[in-house]
Amino acid sequence: MTEPAAAAKPKSFQDIILTLHAFWARQGCVILQPYDVEMGAGTFHPATTLRALGPKPWRAAYVQPSRRPSDGRYGENPNRLQHYYQYQVIIKPSPADAQDLLLQSYREIGLDLLQHDFRFVEDDWESPTLGAWGLGWEVWCDGMEVGQFTYFQQVGGMAVELPSFEMTYGLERLAMYVQGVERVYDLDFNGAGVTYGDVFLRAEKEYSAYNFEFADTEMLIRHFADAEVECGALVGRALALPAYDQCIKASHLFNLLDARGVISVAERASYIGRVRGLAKACAEAWVAGDVYA
Amino acid sequence: MPEFFLELFSEEIPARMQREAGVQLEKICSAALAGLKIQVVEVFTGPRRIALKAIVNEATEAREIEERGPRESAPEAALAGFLGKHKATRADVVAEGGFFLLRRRQPAVAAGDLILSMLPGALAKFSWPKSMRWGQSGEFTWVRPLRRVVCLLDGEVISFALGPVVAGNVTEGHRFLAPGAFEVVSAADWQAKLRERFVIADQNERRDLVVSGLAKAAAEVGLTVAEDAGLLDEVTGLVEWPVALVGKIDEGFMELPPEVRELSMKVNQRYFALRDAAGKPAARFAFVSNIAAEDGNKAIVAGNERVLRARLSDARHFWDLDLKTPLDELLPKLDKIVFHAKIGTQGERAARIERLAGEIAEALALDGNAARQAKWAGKLCKADLVTGMVGEFPELQGIIGGYYAKKNAPYWDGEIVGPAIQTHYQPKGPSDQVPNGKIAASVALADKLDTLIEFFRVGEKPTGSGDPYALRRAALGVIRIILENDISLSLSRFLSHDEELFSFIIERLRVKLKSEGQRPDIFDAIISIRRNDDLLNIMKRVDAVTKIVNSDLGRNVLIGYRRAANILKIEDEIDGPHSVESISTNFETNEESDLRYALDSIAVDAVESFNNGDYDPFLQYLSGLRSPLDAFFEKVTINSTNPVLRRSRLGQLALLRSRMHLIADFSKIEG
Repeated sequence: MTEPAAAAKPKSFQDIILTLHAFWARQGCVILQPYDVEMGAGTFHPATTLRALGPKPWRAAYVQPSRRPSDGRYGENPNRLQHYYQYQVIIKPSPADAQDLLLQSYREIGLDLLQHDFRFVEDDWESPTLGAWGLGWEVWCDGMEVGQFTYFQQVGGMAVELPSFEMTYGLERLAMYVQGVERVYDLDFNGAGVTYGDVFLRAEKEYSAYNFEFADTEMLIRHFADAEVECGALVGRALALPAYDQCIKASHLFNLLDARGVISVAERASYIGRVRGLAKACAEAWVAGDVYA
Repeated sequence: MPEFFLELFSEEIPARMQREAGVQLEKICSAALAGLKIQVVEVFTGPRRIALKAIVNEATEAREIEERGPRESAPEAALAGFLGKHKATRADVVAEGGFFLLRRRQPAVAAGDLILSMLPGALAKFSWPKSMRWGQSGEFTWVRPLRRVVCLLDGEVISFALGPVVAGNVTEGHRFLAPGAFEVVSAADWQAKLRERFVIADQNERRDLVVSGLAKAAAEVGLTVAEDAGLLDEVTGLVEWPVALVGKIDEGFMELPPEVRELSMKVNQRYFALRDAAGKPAARFAFVSNIAAEDGNKAIVAGNERVLRARLSDARHFWDLDLKTPLDELLPKLDKIVFHAKIGTQGERAARIERLAGEIAEALALDGNAARQAKWAGKLCKADLVTGMVGEFPELQGIIGGYYAKKNAPYWDGEIVGPAIQTHYQPKGPSDQVPNGKIAASVALADKLDTLIEFFRVGEKPTGSGDPYALRRAALGVIRIILENDISLSLSRFLSHDEELFSFIIERLRVKLKSEGQRPDIFDAIISIRRNDDLLNIMKRVDAVTKIVNSDLGRNVLIGYRRAANILKIEDEIDGPHSVESISTNFETNEESDLRYALDSIAVDAVESFNNGDYDPFLQYLSGLRSPLDAFFEKVTINSTNPVLRRSRLGQLALLRSRMHLIADFSKIEG
């Protein structure tokens, strides 16, 4: 067997990230840092959404803090967070050995593929706000989802020219599995005494209160409208990237409004449609080309 | 005869698509290789491959083919075109019967050549419910990336390109237990080598292994597996090397309703529920791994137990939290949820269902308390939509509301209201049970009738192509609840007197009867004579007339009836409608007076009894009619030259018709 011997001590949260960085860097990925705008998932990062379009090959990996206001539980739920980390990989065009690469990355994190039941279970990915979809799987380890594997087919309402492989690891969940921890706040963050709770518990409590109780909804509605207008104006000037920032902002503002429970079912569809319209315009502006080059 | 073997090896194929893919593969190969008289021996489907084993002829049969060309008299250019099209010369055609004929011999084609010329194009048309492109596929699409193709004719590779893949003799075994590629020479070799490499290729064998493995694993802890054929099929499509295992459920989760636990287990995890000797849910679950691990599967079981623990903690969190608030306190939240933009909020909907459930309960003569409980159930039946549990598991709507209404019941009788809420969405399909008992039926009827009334009111009616709000299902639900609970109910007042909606329900009833093999003509004969909005009564009359039509007596009287109706049809056209009034009191023959007497012998209560399901009095009436009617047709000349007699006799026929029509329009009944 070529399996590495099981490590005496499981990797810390940050060691897992560093291991993934090293592994995907070896696969030729540029290692990016998190995007500096709030977003619901690593897919929203322009390094994925926009770079998935057009004919140019692209390989990138990064950690993206992801905000899901509705998932906040005031720090009381063992595995739900309104802010968590996704590890995101995109390789365009998708390599023939994408599944093997992914499995190798799990090995390097410390999971023995012969001691666990790894499975690729159908799960087609769709983002109505990004006008994007792809086919792929949830990756299961012993019945637990440890990642989302997607072959992109459409982004920003456009069929992709060259299909990408996209991999999203939910880092906390994966680390909980690797460390055998039942409660996310008990995760060993750095291998030197700092826990995930030390870093994030207070933030979870405060943001849950903000998201559910105190976010000023009239202000959020106003900001949404501003972002929408600004995005349109920037698309008009062929500034795809700044325009796309406004699209991401609009999407996050919508998520906040949703968490505050002020959006009716009918309005919901309309908000999603508005964000999708922005994403589509940005994607088209991106594909139309870099006029300032 | 040569063996043909084909394997299409890809990344993981969704379980739900595998069976249909096997069927399609068989169809495609059978059509493409029809010339080789292909006999498909076996089709294999699984998570990473679909394959087919067949016997084919060594070659197609050589045969004469004949093509008819243009007429001899046609211009020269027509013949030239015909020759060009078939790449033939003037010498190849003969003239026969005024036409040019091209006869030639099509030589036999060797199996390998035919496969090569026919199969790749046919496989490229393979259609998946959803398919995709990938990095190397160009415009070719498959369900997930296609990685290898094996195509063998008696062990020889038939090599062709399918998208980015070139067919050969190489495949792969279990992803983890036997990584790497290997060569195969035949279907049997393939199947045996796969087995050595931890892959059970045959889905039937795999399913049997899943079933027996689960049963054995459950039996080891003294339990049995709760039946779930759909889940067995799915799991068979998720594993290549099934290993059945059992894990523990923490006792603390056993206080959750079994529906909650088992839905989470099944939908999220594909776990099987287990039962103890008494048939009660056991604190264990079974599942099927795709690998036998060296540690005796300890890590795998522990991992799955942990996942379930996290899932069930979530469910228990919602259960505990939801139970703190009785359902009635959630009602204001329903006012904020839009049910449908044109119809209004869930709060308004609940208020309507409450009123309607109360009215139906009263119409069903339920006592005051029962009617009050029906109203409570109607009022509360949508409240669980704003609970955490339904937010997490939408499939539990109704069921969980029922539990909550039972456990936390400050103002209502939880034992009555709980079950009524629990079943109010039923029947959810043609095979689903209907709610039992008049209180639960009142609430379920109120829910469906309200949906029908409101969507009809705002003009969102089903069209030929679409029924987005499942109104046909709702109407069928109304019908089944009424008929299966023996409920006599005047429906119109509960349909806001919407005639179009009533017709819609009647049409669904007709479709239901037809699908059950009953005669729609009898149904039409019943509903066309008199408006009746009591479905139970309509069905009683349909049953009665069906029995009459199928009896000797009925058949005999119907012959007379049809004869009368046919005569009247002709004569009415000549003279205008004939009626009872022209019957003369001076009968020329005994047959006339006998018939007149027999026709009149019907009593009002015979029709009344008939309509209430007691058809004996009406049968007696018919049997009294039988011989006078026969005698009348035999002895009496209807078209008498005496106009008074003629009118009188036609009047008697009209009377016969109208008497028969007291129970059904027999002209609509085919004979």
